[in-house]
Amino acid sequence: MGIVVIVLFILIFMFLLTNSRPAFEAFGRGFVFGREWIPSEEVFSVLAFAFGTIVSSLLALMFALPISVGSAIFLTELCPSFLRRPLRFLIEMLAAIPSVVYGLWGIFVLAPFVRATIQPGLAAAFPYFGLFEGPPYGVGLFTAGLILAIMIIPTITSISTEVFDSIPNLYREGAKALGATEWETIKTAVLGPGMSGVVAASILGLGRAVGETMAVTMVIGNRADISPSLFSPSATMASVIANEYAEANSDLHISSLLGVGLCLLILSVAINSISRIIIWRVRRKTI
Amino acid sequence: MNKLFASASKNLGQIIDWHLVLSSLIALLAFVIGARALAAPMINGAGATFPEPIYTKWFSEFQKKNPTIAINYQGIGSGGGIRQLIAGTVDFGASDAPMTDAETAKVSKKVLHIPTVMGAVVVSYNLKLSAPLKLSGPVIAEMFNGTITKWNDAKVVALNPGVALPDKQVIVATRSDGSGTTAIFSEYLAQVSPAWAGKAGKTVNWFRGSVGAKGNAGVAGLIQQSEGAVGYIESVYALQNKLPFAHVQNKKGKFVAPDVANISASIPAKAVGDIEKQDFKSSIVNADGDAVYPISALTWLLVNEEMPKEKGEQLVQFLNWTMSDEAQKMATDMNYAPLPKELRTKVLARMKSIKLQLQ
Repeated sequence: MGIVVIVLFILIFMFLLTNSRPAFEAFGRGFVFGREWIPSEEVFSVLAFAFGTIVSSLLALMFALPISVGSAIFLTELCPSFLRRPLRFLIEMLAAIPSVVYGLWGIFVLAPFVRATIQPGLAAAFPYFGLFEGPPYGVGLFTAGLILAIMIIPTITSISTEVFDSIPNLYREGAKALGATEWETIKTAVLGPGMSGVVAASILGLGRAVGETMAVTMVIGNRADISPSLFSPSATMASVIANEYAEANSDLHISSLLGVGLCLLILSVAINSISRIIIWRVRRKTI
Repeated sequence: MNKLFASASKNLGQIIDWHLVLSSLIALLAFVIGARALAAPMINGAGATFPEPIYTKWFSEFQKKNPTIAINYQGIGSGGGIRQLIAGTVDFGASDAPMTDAETAKVSKKVLHIPTVMGAVVVSYNLKLSAPLKLSGPVIAEMFNGTITKWNDAKVVALNPGVALPDKQVIVATRSDGSGTTAIFSEYLAQVSPAWAGKAGKTVNWFRGSVGAKGNAGVAGLIQQSEGAVGYIESVYALQNKLPFAHVQNKKGKFVAPDVANISASIPAKAVGDIEKQDFKSSIVNADGDAVYPISALTWLLVNEEMPKEKGEQLVQFLNWTMSDEAQKMATDMNYAPLPKELRTKVLARMKSIKLQLQ
């Protein structure tokens, strides 16, 4: 049965490769490294979308990681046992919310909050950064990062919880016996040995953020542009495909969108491979 | 292990009467085949989302009158509809923009453009004003170019005497997904502003600093939650959701609201002959007339001029019915603008040229 999955993957890869060939032939290396995406003039390139994808996903990871690791530590080390199950269930529930619902919530609740509160606050606090400049739209890279963070919290939390659960109690008892405080015990006996597991969990979360389409499309502002400000509208590889594929009517446009899809697939595979390698190395160390 | 498996399967065999299973399967198969033979062939279409609500209503009403005819429609977007028609996977397509020369070159048979209803693009905004906002084509073009950045810009103030316009930034919201709405709106901008020449299309590269949202709902949401925002939305969506819209100055200098009568006024009786000469593929933006709302457009059903007999007959029967007063009245009730009677007469005459072949 496993062979079916592998064959499917190879078929999808081949499909993207053959269908995006016209785009690569037309633009050469410029297709990957160009910054222009102008459908009406038949100019296409991937870099702006790659930038939006990577920055929004990294932002998401930055917001989600402390919350997720904190939640995981609370669940495994500090939480009274009767609370553990309901809390875990609630966190997993976050993963069950459809992404279009996240997107709508992002437009109507999160975006106004970012526009009215977060952006003016950050711009006032760090006036010379350039990171927080620009007119306050409420939608853009920052908002997309926030939405993605909420979406990947359950992934990172549940994997980290399992990692911490699998650490032998011997470690904790040893630390306590040496006179370590509660916090020192967690730091040395839980976070230390579990660190590589947490890294693997974050990379899986990152992989999920990179491929997320609908919620991001709704709050990122959809502008093919590389700008230093975190509050400027941007676009991701997944969002441009979702936006333009249905109405693309020139062959080059369609082939370019499939080329974007190919780059996205390669990026996802790269991220997932890195996480597999890390997990594999962790396993070999601990067992 | 093997022994266990053998005994288990033997027991299962006793529990399930295989004859029963087989005979019911055959019965089911016979039923399906029979039902297929009885039912009329399903007519499949796909395309534009803008007319999808009225088409869906038309199909169901028409099916009530003619129970043997089944029409299925998927709103996948105009571009998708045209692609499917070219590929021959659907019996008819639907589009808010006529087929381009490149697309026409891909089909072996001639494709007829049948106008069905009219719609418009409205300029919606989020400002608390004492009277509806008035805008002219060139001013709209400059807003969507990024050259007018403040609501109290002299050009906007000049169009709105007696209305206090705030010193707020103009936040421009656009459609990020390729759409017929963008095509119509950008074509209008190209007509009224030389700076826009050659930039019209279903996906437009708007200026840096504008914000793109997906679908009418996305643009409307963006406008509703940002004060000082302006964006373009298709008329039916805007009228149904009671969104505020600007009155747009037409060629005669009048400021007109996008009401269905004003949209229909974009095709005066004297223009019908010309539209027919262009195979009904005409653009009607910025038409001449007192009551004209200038950002109006037709939407089309696309059918091959040669069709297989049975499906073709039924489709033509349906298309003829869409030109009736009854069908057009349904459209008006759903905020679509009806086609003028003169144009409908010409379309009916033109449909007689559809050839039906025995296959």
